[in-house]
Amino acid sequence: MGTSDHGLSARAVVEELKRCGISHVVWLPDSESKHLYELLNDDDSLKLVPICREGEAIGVALGLLVGGRTPAVVIQNTGLFESGDSLRGLGLNLNLPLLMLISYRGWRADGAITDSAAIYLEPVLKGWGITSHLVKSDANVHLIGGALREAGVQRRPVAVLMAQEYV
Amino acid sequence: MTMTAREAHDVLATHRTDEVVVTEMTAALLWPFVSKRQELDLCLFDCMGKASSIGLGIALARPDRTVMVFDGDGSLLMNLGSLVTIAGLAPANLIHVVFENGQYEVTGGQPIPAAGTLSFVKLAAGAGYRQTFDFSEAEEFAAALPAILDSTGPTLVCLKVQSTERTLPIPERLTAQAVSEVTAALARGD
Repeated sequence: MGTSDHGLSARAVVEELKRCGISHVVWLPDSESKHLYELLNDDDSLKLVPICREGEAIGVALGLLVGGRTPAVVIQNTGLFESGDSLRGLGLNLNLPLLMLISYRGWRADGAITDSAAIYLEPVLKGWGITSHLVKSDANVHLIGGALREAGVQRRPVAVLMAQEYV
Repeated sequence: MTMTAREAHDVLATHRTDEVVVTEMTAALLWPFVSKRQELDLCLFDCMGKASSIGLGIALARPDRTVMVFDGDGSLLMNLGSLVTIAGLAPANLIHVVFENGQYEVTGGQPIPAAGTLSFVKLAAGAGYRQTFDFSEAEEFAAALPAILDSTGPTLVCLKVQSTERTLPIPERLTAQAVSEVTAALARGD
């Protein structure tokens, strides 16, 4: 689990989360983020908050923000759809400066996307007026910190779309 | 005789000191009438069952503060997995109060699924809450509440209540404003 110029390494993401001051990672496992979980679970400086369903994540993150912490929500695109009403009623209505790392299941570099979880992701985010950034490898993992700053300025959730399975 | 929702709220307001309160739906309409610490109240009208999740987040962020969630039975059913999430994280400072009237009160009194057979106390205990309590009379609840407030959670308190008799107005304090005020109050240490 080192860093990689071509792939997306869990270690680079964890280091970026720590660098930008994330305190808690609210998350539900998905097939793309297994290595991320292993690192987070071993790292006491980032508190892992496991949930049962993604809709809970926005609520838990709101509570952490009210309590003065800086959470990140880490869920899959399928889970983002599930959490839609929480994102609307809490994330957008209450102006949450929330960083969301969304595993982009179905993304393909050649654009030949057939998975509906990927087909609808960016149009749905756009429809909600949620800015998103695509992270394809360790080379642009710095976009995570930029997204957190952007969320703070906009007072809105900002999504970082994690295009590949972590290595 | 089964307590009214208003009587249950009066008991809670009498014993509440510096606990943070997160409340939603009918409870969020009643609580502003009796609360003496509005700066520590997060009353939510559009969170569709997520009060327990929000309360959990505050409890994790501020282990030095007791957090009370005032949930409805219909609201909790929309976010039932949160019982398991809370039990798994086991915040010692979280008290989860459920007002059980067996119906979706704000939408006109339709019965909730399994009304009359469902047991929130058994669900919470089965998930792993440290303590669970069931009350239907205000006097009994009032006598037990001080010890519950001093005990180690997560705790679920199920209050069997009569429905609210009349439609209550939505308070003027906006939810976004409440979020800002409670955030500031906690930062100050109020």
